[in-house]
Amino acid sequence: MFLARRLLNYVVLIFLASSFAYLLAATTLDPRSNYEQLDPRPSQESIEARLDELNLNDSTPLAERYVTWVGGVATGDFGLTIQGRSVNEEIARKAGVTLRLIVVGTVIGCTVGVAIGAYAAVRQYRSFDRVSTGAAFLVLAIPTVVIAVSLQVSAVAINQAAGVQIFQYGGEYTAGLDAGFWGTLGDRLQHMVLPTLTLAIAQFAAFSRYQRNMMLDVLGADFVRTAMAKGLTRRAALLKHALRTALIPTVTYFTFTFGILLAGTTFTEKIYGWNGMGAWVVDSIFTNDVHAVAAVSCFMAVCVMAASFLSDLLYAWLDPRVRVS
Amino acid sequence: MTSTETQPAGPDAGSAPDAPVLEVTDLHVTFPAAGQGRDVHAVRGVSYQLRRGEILGIVGESGSGKSVSSLAAMGLLPEYAEVTGSVRLHGRELLGLDDRQLAKVRGRTISMVFQDPLSALTPVYTVGDQLAEAVRVHNPDLPKAQAAARAVELLRLVGIPNAEQRYRAFPHEFSGGMRQRVMIAMAMANDPDVIICDEPTTALDVTIQAQILEVLKTAQRETGAAIVMITHDLGVVAGFVDRVLVMYAGRPVELGTVDDVYYRTRMPYTMGLLGSVPRLDFQDKAPLVPIKGTPPSLSDLPPGCPFAPRCPLVREECTTGEPPLVRVGAETHQAACVRAAEIEANEWTAADIYPVPEIPEDAAAGTPREDREVVLEVDDLIKHHPLMKGAVFKRRVGTVYAVDGISFDIRERETLGLVGESGCGKSTTLMEILSLNAPQRGRVVVLGRESGRLGWRDRFAVRREVQVVFQDPMSSLDPRMPVFDIIAEPLRTHGHPREALRSRVHELLRLVGLEPAHATRYPAEFSGGQRQRIGIARALALEPRLLVLDEPVSALDVSIQAGVINLLDELKARLGLSYLFVAHDLSVIRHLADRVAVMYLGRIVEIGDVDAIYGAPAHPYTQALLSAIPIPDPEKERSRTHIVLEGDLPNPANPPSGCRFRTRCQKFRQLGDDERQRCLDEEPAVIPLAGAADHGAACHYAEERELL
Repeated sequence: MFLARRLLNYVVLIFLASSFAYLLAATTLDPRSNYEQLDPRPSQESIEARLDELNLNDSTPLAERYVTWVGGVATGDFGLTIQGRSVNEEIARKAGVTLRLIVVGTVIGCTVGVAIGAYAAVRQYRSFDRVSTGAAFLVLAIPTVVIAVSLQVSAVAINQAAGVQIFQYGGEYTAGLDAGFWGTLGDRLQHMVLPTLTLAIAQFAAFSRYQRNMMLDVLGADFVRTAMAKGLTRRAALLKHALRTALIPTVTYFTFTFGILLAGTTFTEKIYGWNGMGAWVVDSIFTNDVHAVAAVSCFMAVCVMAASFLSDLLYAWLDPRVRVS
Repeated sequence: MTSTETQPAGPDAGSAPDAPVLEVTDLHVTFPAAGQGRDVHAVRGVSYQLRRGEILGIVGESGSGKSVSSLAAMGLLPEYAEVTGSVRLHGRELLGLDDRQLAKVRGRTISMVFQDPLSALTPVYTVGDQLAEAVRVHNPDLPKAQAAARAVELLRLVGIPNAEQRYRAFPHEFSGGMRQRVMIAMAMANDPDVIICDEPTTALDVTIQAQILEVLKTAQRETGAAIVMITHDLGVVAGFVDRVLVMYAGRPVELGTVDDVYYRTRMPYTMGLLGSVPRLDFQDKAPLVPIKGTPPSLSDLPPGCPFAPRCPLVREECTTGEPPLVRVGAETHQAACVRAAEIEANEWTAADIYPVPEIPEDAAAGTPREDREVVLEVDDLIKHHPLMKGAVFKRRVGTVYAVDGISFDIRERETLGLVGESGCGKSTTLMEILSLNAPQRGRVVVLGRESGRLGWRDRFAVRREVQVVFQDPMSSLDPRMPVFDIIAEPLRTHGHPREALRSRVHELLRLVGLEPAHATRYPAEFSGGQRQRIGIARALALEPRLLVLDEPVSALDVSIQAGVINLLDELKARLGLSYLFVAHDLSVIRHLADRVAVMYLGRIVEIGDVDAIYGAPAHPYTQALLSAIPIPDPEKERSRTHIVLEGDLPNPANPPSGCRFRTRCQKFRQLGDDERQRCLDEEPAVIPLAGAADHGAACHYAEERELL
């Protein structure tokens, strides 16, 4: 019931976010100029016809274009790109790439971040805590772009030192590779390591700091002492009673950081030459591709809402009190 | 550290019948300082033995090391604490065991009940699961269903109704008393041989405290365990334990049977402690014995006896070396005082050795009540809070009847004590009076002027006459303001002449027993008792006629509390003040108040002269309340029968029909069906009792009964 109501909220939010993105893109981007600057310049009529065909003609009132677009989206059609290809097909190709990056990066980043943060809290002011705190603050102070580039540079150095291509840092896979199933998988993994690491490091930094503070709050809690007095070892009491309780606020925090993660994904894809949604949105803005921008915004909104829904689920699982009251 | 024997721990391990179950020898606990500070020596040489089935009380004020010493025995102190000495359970050394080995002992052979039941249970697991966990952690082979069945059985044993359904409830659905029952169930889950109770009733109301003490007795009967009862409440100790260990500044200063320690006290600190408790059973209002000064800092102890700076019997030799605990009188009685023999020979009591302040006789004591001016009149006051639900569209789903039609008046130079358990509406009443706004219904008249019908200028003037002292001296003073500004603030607000400001503040400081030189310091530099004195000085700055006191001493240790109570007594007589004194501690009220009003669920159930009510309470609730309070007198306490009320306070949003107390009333249970009908249908009003000058009770079947 609680979750169903949330879900309805999300649908409304996604709709609003995509609509705003469309309206913003449709008013600021100028697809007409794409055709007007062609050499040789096409005839005025053919430009108009082309723009009409794509539903991008700025002489049509915005409301009318919007209604056409919404009508398409409602039936699952995000329209055409400026090159006249189907946006849906492009999404199908690129979404998987981005999702792979986000999901793996988030899972690794959060898990490692939470584990390190929680352990640092247990070892407060010891060397582990100091080192992890230092590392986290260092990462927090550096923008994702710089992390991505530095990783690339160090990968080059390592590759040169080893004399073998350990790390791949361009593209998503080696084009034209024919190495069978395992070979392809290995090749993809090789390409995946650096971009995923870039995202994971940023996630780790944020989560380890937050989890450390949450954990410190409950470490001295009476109920942890009770658990030990019952006969649990310190380790068991910390895992089962302290960490479980300390995870609850972190799950909420996850939703907030997810947006930042998506922004990071955009840079990462661009830098590592992945053809994902993030790289696409940057390209689309350059090419005045209104429908692509709106579609990517919608995709991002869906991702954020999915993350939020996931954190609601986790919250309800971790804290059964929301289920009963 | 002493050698570690690997004996199997179990009930039969110490085979000799008189062998101690728990033996603590020369226990020291030090918290090493981080950085510049000094180490804190929290426990400095505690030794005691606990025999099978025995109850040992450990008494002391906050910071005396009583809790730390037992946490050390359980291995529950933080890792950085340095623990030395020996703790033997059935002859097996516990200190130096690693966490895994200790975990096997904890909860099985030795278990613990903590002070604050509200935070002692993990909020995200059901009560039953946490209880079953305690069973299963020591019996990993036990099937889950059996562990759950045992948990239900335990819940029933500690008196939780509907144990099967309540098994699936979460801690936040339980009241404090119920949670403490769960904690006790957890402690007895594996039939331990020792149960350590760390202030188990301090956070609870008196009627709930009586219930919990009963449950603890049940637990002891069921498990045959020895109990270590850590408390600061000398009343609880008197009735509950066999032997007492008194601690001061991390050391035991007196040890013996309850009777020896209470009636043949040999250590001046213990004497002061016993003399500083206001007594529920004493009618005459002799000033309490205050112990001057405050306990020493545990990181910077004086070289001699730690009590020497506060001791009235101090001699030169006291400051050179710390006296050891030696036998005095009976074989089992020990005290750490060089003058113990002298105390014994002269049969000194607290009143003999402590200088007791002279409290001037109140000039108006002779004037009859009727002839004195009415300072505050409250007539049919109500305060209802709406209960709202929904996030966007709020709708009213009910009403909390916080204060529901109460009437009383306070005359000049009179103290009215307002007592009741938490949630009875006493603090709400105070806030309604202090707000000076028109009440939802009824009238509040302060010095002849009715609240809510005043212009701002008049309200401002009335504020001068009514001042307040709050409960928590830590949070009621702005930590960033020096004491001078704190006390001068009301004076400045009310336009006191600036040139006379300094002399007035110094005068006020002297009035409450502080030095004028203290005016430049910040609140953090003062102890709790001194801060409360600053709060009183601030309240007195404008020379009010009525002082409203909201639990002013409940956050203080007894020896400090005595000084503040004496001060309040003295100020009232010297300045001709009237007090509205709210407290849950009935002993304090008896000591300070002239009249008392007992509240239950937003209503006054009994009101009248303090001696009339304490001498012969007529309302069943007052009777239960008075009967529930343990008296610090072992013989009296043993001969008393306590009325133990059933259940918790009903939900104030849904009070019972008719008489609100009937659901818990011991009298109601004895009535016949016809008589009960009246309690169900008709809400009793406060009716003056026949033959009493100033005593009324709100009970259809009120009957005076002597209890103390």
